Amino acid sequence: MLALDTATPAVTVALHDGSRVLAAAAEVDARRHGELLLPAVDRVLAEAGLKLDAVSDIVVGVGPGPYTGLRVGLVTAATFGAALDVPVHGLCSLDGIAFASGLTEPFVVATDARRKEVYWARYADARTRLTEPAVDRPAEIADEVAGIPAVGAGALLYDTVFTGVRRDGPEHQSAAALAGLAAEKLAAGEELLPPRPLYLRRPDAQVPANYKVVTPR
Amino acid sequence: MADSADSRGGPLVLGIETSCDETGVGIVRGHTLLADAVASSVDEHARFGGVVPEVASRAHLEAMIPTIRRALRDAGVAASDLDGIAVTAGPGLAGALLVGVSAAKAYAYALGKPLYGVNHLASHICVDQLEHGPLPEPTMALLVSGGHSSLLLAPDITSDVRPLGSSIDDAAGEAFDKVARVLNLGFPGGPVIDRWAREGDPEAIRFPRGLTGPRDPLYDFSFSGLKTAVARWIEAKRSAGEEVPVADVSASFQEAVVDVLTRKAVRACKDNGVDHLMIGGGVAANSRLRAMAERRCEDAGIRLRVPRPKLCTDNGAMVAALGAEMVARNRPASAWDLSADSSLPVTEPHVPGAHDHGHAPDHDHFHELSKDNLYS
Ligand SMILES: [Zn+2]
Repeated sequence: MLALDTATPAVTVALHDGSRVLAAAAEVDARRHGELLLPAVDRVLAEAGLKLDAVSDIVVGVGPGPYTGLRVGLVTAATFGAALDVPVHGLCSLDGIAFASGLTEPFVVATDARRKEVYWARYADARTRLTEPAVDRPAEIADEVAGIPAVGAGALLYDTVFTGVRRDGPEHQSAAALAGLAAEKLAAGEELLPPRPLYLRRPDAQVPANYKVVTPR
Repeated sequence: MADSADSRGGPLVLGIETSCDETGVGIVRGHTLLADAVASSVDEHARFGGVVPEVASRAHLEAMIPTIRRALRDAGVAASDLDGIAVTAGPGLAGALLVGVSAAKAYAYALGKPLYGVNHLASHICVDQLEHGPLPEPTMALLVSGGHSSLLLAPDITSDVRPLGSSIDDAAGEAFDKVARVLNLGFPGGPVIDRWAREGDPEAIRFPRGLTGPRDPLYDFSFSGLKTAVARWIEAKRSAGEEVPVADVSASFQEAVVDVLTRKAVRACKDNGVDHLMIGGGVAANSRLRAMAERRCEDAGIRLRVPRPKLCTDNGAMVAALGAEMVARNRPASAWDLSADSSLPVTEPHVPGAHDHGHAPDHDHFHELSKDNLYS
């Protein structure tokens, strides 16, 4: 199983054989997802001594996350799936971070949604999400998250709102955690999500003044 | 590979284009078009009067796999038979380009095929090989669309493309869109103005011809002043309570654009001793541009090459055509860290693996592209 996620600043890839992680790679660079993902896949496969055609399932984080980076992972996963003729499974990216936290008590996952907002959801424990992922300004959800344990870059960034933030918890996504969660769910016969992006916001309907570059002069 | 590709009529290449609002996947064998699958999001942009980058990017992601499948089915080839995967690396909308580049990289990697990141503008020129056979060398090209208006001299389309001039403000297609908006004709403006113009008198109103003065740059274009002049003329009519003669305005505006484009293109051919002119880009579908270019080229002894309209607008076949040329001429493949470059210079027909990203970013363009919701 090949897992990848580009919904957070981490470009993260892992190979998982159903019971353990064979190889994993992660680089944090919020503006180079497109450049970094394929070399990371290549490195992980080389480390495991495998070729891509050994992969039987693709797992991809479907967000929520900043769109441009998010799409890199989704289109890469979809294209691998089509080229290899293997299934592509989606997982909420927040669920991967929750799983990585290993928490057994109720908590919150929040990631940076830019524009002074966070993507967030509440969990009963590391495997059980209680709410649909949402995008909000931290101040608007202060009452709901104050004092509750919180993980993720969004909680770290707005620690005056997420007052229960766990500084030792996961900050960004880890494909190894995502793969572990997917392996558990698939083994239990659970249906995962279709590999389609969770945007949560409508597109900005603004037409740039000059919407395509002219030839540099 | 080159030998076997030659014996089959040239390299078999799949090309992916996502620089604007068309998701294009084309397949060619050498100079032969096998498939040209296009999914357009133009209808989703129409109500905004222009292309909305985030809407385009979302549509590319939705359309990518179905469009690849359709192209393979139309061409009747197996993915495993391909000699390479080509993709538009730039210029274009950053977020939109990134969807195509990511897909092409994943596809090439999964199939074990070489990847060629190519230039959108060079592809617009190279597509004519699918219509009229090998490009003469050098080729003079006039590229006109919603995004570009350029005069390019191409001694070798895979390695040597030289910009002679371009629009200093609006692209020609943009001027069509804006005038159509003032006339309440909808978006995109090109085809509808072309239709109205056929009913009108191109000499009815004398609109200005930008940058045609004796001291103006020979090969650059400017359509912003023309667009403003047309808008003023229409507003004057409206405020005088008179009816706006849509057909005459359309014909006279179109005449001004086409006059300047063809005049400068023919001049560039003569000055550089080139006896062929290639016209590409979406505006090349304009019937008046085709007619006037034909007449002026004939008068000047220049052979005109204009691909059919479907090949002039953005499509994957043009990318595949340039990719096939890259394979045929043994150009180096791109590396797996290929990135989309929204302001890729036209002087770089492709992005080889050893590319050092040495060119300085063009800050004027960067300013516009910052509105592309990059990493929104
Ligand atoms: Zn174009």
